[in-house]
Amino acid sequence: MVAFDEMLPAEAGLRKPYEAYDSWLKNQDPARLTEKMRDAERVFRKTGITFAVYGEQEASERLIPFDIVPRIISGNEWRRLTQGIEQRVQALNAFLDDIYHRQEILRAGRVPRELIATNEAFLPEMIGVRPPAGVYTHIIGVDIVRIAENEFYVLEDNARTPSGVSYMLENRETMLQLFPELFQRIKVHPVENYPQLLRQSLAAVRPNGVSGTPTIAVLTPGSFNSAYFEHAFLADQMGVQLVEGQDLRVVDGRVAMRTTEGYKQIDVLYRRVDDAYLDPLTFKPDSALGVPGIMDIYRAGNITIANAPGTGIADDKAIYSYMPEIIEFYTGRKPILGNIPTWRCSEPDSLKYVQEHLAELVVKEVHGSGGYGMLVGPAASKKEREEFSKKLAVRPSNYIAQPTLSLSTCPILTEKGLAPRHVDLRPFVLVSDRIRIVPGGLTRVALKEGSLVVNSSQGGGTKDTWVLDD
Amino acid sequence: MRLKVSHRTEYNYDEPIRYGLQRVRLWPVSGPAQTVLTWTLRIEGAREEVRFLDQFGNDTRLLSIDGEPHTISIVAEGEVETNETTGISGPHRGFAPLWLFEHQTPLTAPGAAIRDLAADVGEGGELERLHALMATIQQRVAYVTGTTDSRTTAEEALEKGTGVCQDHAHVFAASARLLGFPARYVSGYLMMNDTIEQVASHAWAEAYVNGLGWVGFDAANGVSPDGRYVRVAVGRDYREAMPISGILIGNAQERLAVHITVEQ
Repeated sequence: MVAFDEMLPAEAGLRKPYEAYDSWLKNQDPARLTEKMRDAERVFRKTGITFAVYGEQEASERLIPFDIVPRIISGNEWRRLTQGIEQRVQALNAFLDDIYHRQEILRAGRVPRELIATNEAFLPEMIGVRPPAGVYTHIIGVDIVRIAENEFYVLEDNARTPSGVSYMLENRETMLQLFPELFQRIKVHPVENYPQLLRQSLAAVRPNGVSGTPTIAVLTPGSFNSAYFEHAFLADQMGVQLVEGQDLRVVDGRVAMRTTEGYKQIDVLYRRVDDAYLDPLTFKPDSALGVPGIMDIYRAGNITIANAPGTGIADDKAIYSYMPEIIEFYTGRKPILGNIPTWRCSEPDSLKYVQEHLAELVVKEVHGSGGYGMLVGPAASKKEREEFSKKLAVRPSNYIAQPTLSLSTCPILTEKGLAPRHVDLRPFVLVSDRIRIVPGGLTRVALKEGSLVVNSSQGGGTKDTWVLDD
Repeated sequence: MRLKVSHRTEYNYDEPIRYGLQRVRLWPVSGPAQTVLTWTLRIEGAREEVRFLDQFGNDTRLLSIDGEPHTISIVAEGEVETNETTGISGPHRGFAPLWLFEHQTPLTAPGAAIRDLAADVGEGGELERLHALMATIQQRVAYVTGTTDSRTTAEEALEKGTGVCQDHAHVFAASARLLGFPARYVSGYLMMNDTIEQVASHAWAEAYVNGLGWVGFDAANGVSPDGRYVRVAVGRDYREAMPISGILIGNAQERLAVHITVEQ
């Protein structure tokens, strides 16, 4: 199966969005480019972007490899994508509002009740809560893959705490430093204003009754968290405080942070702490990462938590397969962006099919993320497939399967010149009084030839993503 | 029946409190089974931070404590007119869906003992089976204080064969759910016959019966609630309906004293 290459598709020749870049590239000395590649690595080391890799013996910090060839999207392609994304995030928020109130979609039988009832991401504590502007998931990363010129699919919705936006920003920053002349020749939509947009978006969903400029803070689990860099970076870029649970307490009916001038009320908390750890008075009692009583303050309407607790019920992989129904139910329209066909192994017929076709399928854990615990059938050995099949038989409802899609490729610079590698795209979406999408997003690239796994924890890299102002 | 309730909770600490929170569900609401005539909540040594209705519609307040006062006291008292409803507390209300009460919680998660208990409930009408279940639980779990605590699960209490009203309510809810009934935990007060001083607040369970709505079962006493019962909060288990739950930062040791009176 030949993958669609976004720069040089097999039959059609150089694609239009890449023309200007290509003519620039042709005039570059390969030795200079190789040197730029090393420069890029130095820039990243200097800014300190690293991430911790789980599952390795020593929690090693390492650089996510960066490739200097941009992934380029035309203005037209982007407009179509954004329509699909907007429709999707509206549906996600409508779904969450419904699930925590009247549950019309369950009454209508469009989503099975059991899927919600037995799901750990469903938080009864959220029942009856209607956050400001009706927004539950404020920051969403929609993972999109491309199969052909006009075929885009959503791979998954990250509606809880999508990470990676700092890489999007650093990638652009690095490219601007390395190739300033490129950005003079080619008009690329900026992404640098993301932190400002994030701040505006969070400010717009401040609790009712808060007048003036609301106080925003970023809640991090602390420096041992794999995304700590990003938490610190975003707080810094937004010009707001980075706080940990121990800095916060309840004061005068609000959540407040300790400052040199005493406690200061927080109106909007961008939290990067998972639900289970958010409030030891409500959830895991032994969590030291959260803020005791914050759920009470939240229910009383005195703080906005972004994203809202319990949003995980919308991006659960078992729910994903119902997204086409969910979108139609709440928007009255067919999805603009398609879903990848998904087999739910909880259904006996599907399980049978999946076990018989393991060699062609990608099997994922329903609650997994980061590419852990998944099987890529075509790349797995017979032994690996047999072992996985046993796991499937033990807990079928823990898995879903999807066809191995031939993700589009984009060239990366290797020692032997340009070579195609598979990519995906995670645009970052901000929802408040309106929907804001920064043009582009994070392009993740599988650096190994032929590999389809783009996750950074599994050896993937990233690219700068350009949306052309054309 | 017009009942006068007074519920005083006192916490004594052996040193100043750096910071603490208490979540209080001590405010009864009117419904088919009762009308709250007057109610007050007096708090000393702690501040009310917020009040809200939780996911089950319980009036809930969050209190904070810090600094000096070595004693805090929370006094809930008032008058409630109760109606004799033969244990029926009415239709299901609120956003929490009925199906939520079909699901077990860590405190009601059944083991072999609960499964056997539920399996032994004979055939019959829905009410008949629930009453049979209540009678069996009253027989199997003797009312003995000090043998269980707030973390004891339904399964553990049944295995032990002793417990207090909280355990009876958990065993009932766990078994009723196994039998296919939505079930919930109710915390409140009971005027025991011939005595004003009550040893503790009370708890019982309710099961949802089609056509009737929620029906109460007090397995500790082997009866359905009547005019002597005042309901305060509901949840799927004790943890969700707890009158007071808290968190304390620091090393202070806590001593608790509870004084409850219910009289006509």
